[in-house]
Amino acid sequence: MFMNPIFADVLWLHVPDGFLSPGIAIFCWALALLAVGLAVRNARETFDERLVPLAGVMAAFIFAGQMINFPVAGGTSGHLVGASLAAIVLGPWLGILVMTAVISLQGLLFQDGGLLVMGANILAMGVIPALVTYGLYRLVVARAWRTRLIAVAAFAWLSVMAAALFVALGLGFSGTSSFRLAVPAMLGIHALIGVGEALITVAALSFIMRTRPTLLAESAEAGGKGWIVGGVIVTLLVLLLSPLASSFPDGLEWVAEENGFIHTALDAPYQLLPDYTIPFFGETALSTIIAGIVGALIVAGLTIGVVRLLRTRRHA
Amino acid sequence: MHINVFDHYHEQTTAVHRLDPRVKVVVVVLFILSNALLPDGVWLAYALMGLLIWLAARAANLSMGFLVKRSLIVLPFLLAAITIPFTLPGTTILTFHVGQHALSMSDAGLIRFISIMVRSWLSVLAAIGLTATTPFPDLLHALRHLHVPRVLIAIISFMYRYLFVLADEALRLLRARESRSARSLAGKGGGSIWWRAQVAGSMIGQLLLRSLERSDRVYNAMLARGYRGELLTMTTHEMTSRDWWVGATAVTLLLLIQVGGHTFL
Repeated sequence: MFMNPIFADVLWLHVPDGFLSPGIAIFCWALALLAVGLAVRNARETFDERLVPLAGVMAAFIFAGQMINFPVAGGTSGHLVGASLAAIVLGPWLGILVMTAVISLQGLLFQDGGLLVMGANILAMGVIPALVTYGLYRLVVARAWRTRLIAVAAFAWLSVMAAALFVALGLGFSGTSSFRLAVPAMLGIHALIGVGEALITVAALSFIMRTRPTLLAESAEAGGKGWIVGGVIVTLLVLLLSPLASSFPDGLEWVAEENGFIHTALDAPYQLLPDYTIPFFGETALSTIIAGIVGALIVAGLTIGVVRLLRTRRHA
Repeated sequence: MHINVFDHYHEQTTAVHRLDPRVKVVVVVLFILSNALLPDGVWLAYALMGLLIWLAARAANLSMGFLVKRSLIVLPFLLAAITIPFTLPGTTILTFHVGQHALSMSDAGLIRFISIMVRSWLSVLAAIGLTATTPFPDLLHALRHLHVPRVLIAIISFMYRYLFVLADEALRLLRARESRSARSLAGKGGGSIWWRAQVAGSMIGQLLLRSLERSDRVYNAMLARGYRGELLTMTTHEMTSRDWWVGATAVTLLLLIQVGGHTFL
């Protein structure tokens, strides 16, 4: 009997109980409740009594959609996380509600993600991707469909990276993992998962653009301008924090102090990864920030370049 | 596919099964919370928490084998914590040599790693026990009584109701793809990654449109049956004195273990 055949690859985002400290878990719950409360209020205004059947069936769709995968290479497969697609097609509020239902059911029924940490999981897989993907999507919504699709690929990828960074930070601050290792490891793994998500989101979206373009016109109006601001802020935070976070002072050291082990501490533990720095500035925070900005500019430049190239080719 | 195909409920009539779902939800959530609040390395307290699970599993006539097998789902996530023994400062107990680098494992790190592992595992066992002794609709009903917003519960109930319908739909799409995809005996399947993603993406887009249309039909059918934005339920759960006693005992035990874990265990 197939039970939950699909989650192995996304498991990294479903934090189980015990991996986040109670304080952080409850803080995340508070934020998640706020976001879901707002989503319920706004979605109710739009959909009224239709909301329940619509959101319920679409949540079941995300679950079923995660079963459809495609072989990538070496036995791995790409598949959908779904948050980006839901936010673009259904609008951000309904998208958050749908993802909340999916995460709740996965946690309650399959123990895929914990109960105490469910708030964090809702933020990582529901709220953050909606902010990043939908917020940025609003910026390109009036463009030609090809531009939009390429942009959505980048946004969907970014949204997975944002979620991964969020989880890595949660683990780091909880003292469950070292920033120095958790951040690059989570970002590295999700850089690949994000490619799968980006490809499949774009493919599904281009199908919908061809067959039901009116659907996308409706959802584009579903969120206010605030989403653009939120999306841009979260994205900037991700770009700035990704290189910085791996050099945060470890939550682990607080744990050690708490346990009284700090007195017996030996020399600095073995360092697996060199810090992100630019030689000219030395090993300062400024240097890592600059490294982050340079990285972001390169990515942005590449994206813009590709878009330009495709546009001129189309005009020619 | 059957409607309950995704439910891990084990049909039985033990005392645990008959317990009010509210009591079970509250006790399990408190169990997980107190688990998280226990400090590192209090092995006796962990053992007592494990004992509680074992007793509950016995009372519910669930085999530990089943619980343990299902709990393996958290295993991959342990990788997230695997670095602790090597990064938390403490007295070195073991040193590995990888090439010219030395990896030293500290006692404090090892204690913390095992503690995280055990606590996480105990929490998952408790959650599995909950779903194995409570039908999912009852679980949602309990959450509704516990003042989880009604809209949210209604959405999750709907999702649960249509899970198998849409999973069936997805399986049909997958079967269709299988049957139109030829593959040579020697080589692997053809097409570039982008092409394959496009096929899968079109299937998902197709599924999305069908789901949207289905939600329309469902809504109309509900309207025809007198739906006015509120889901009504026929089953009522009444708390008996037994439910209160069991709940109070469980909470007291959790408190005792918690206090013990922080002071003298």
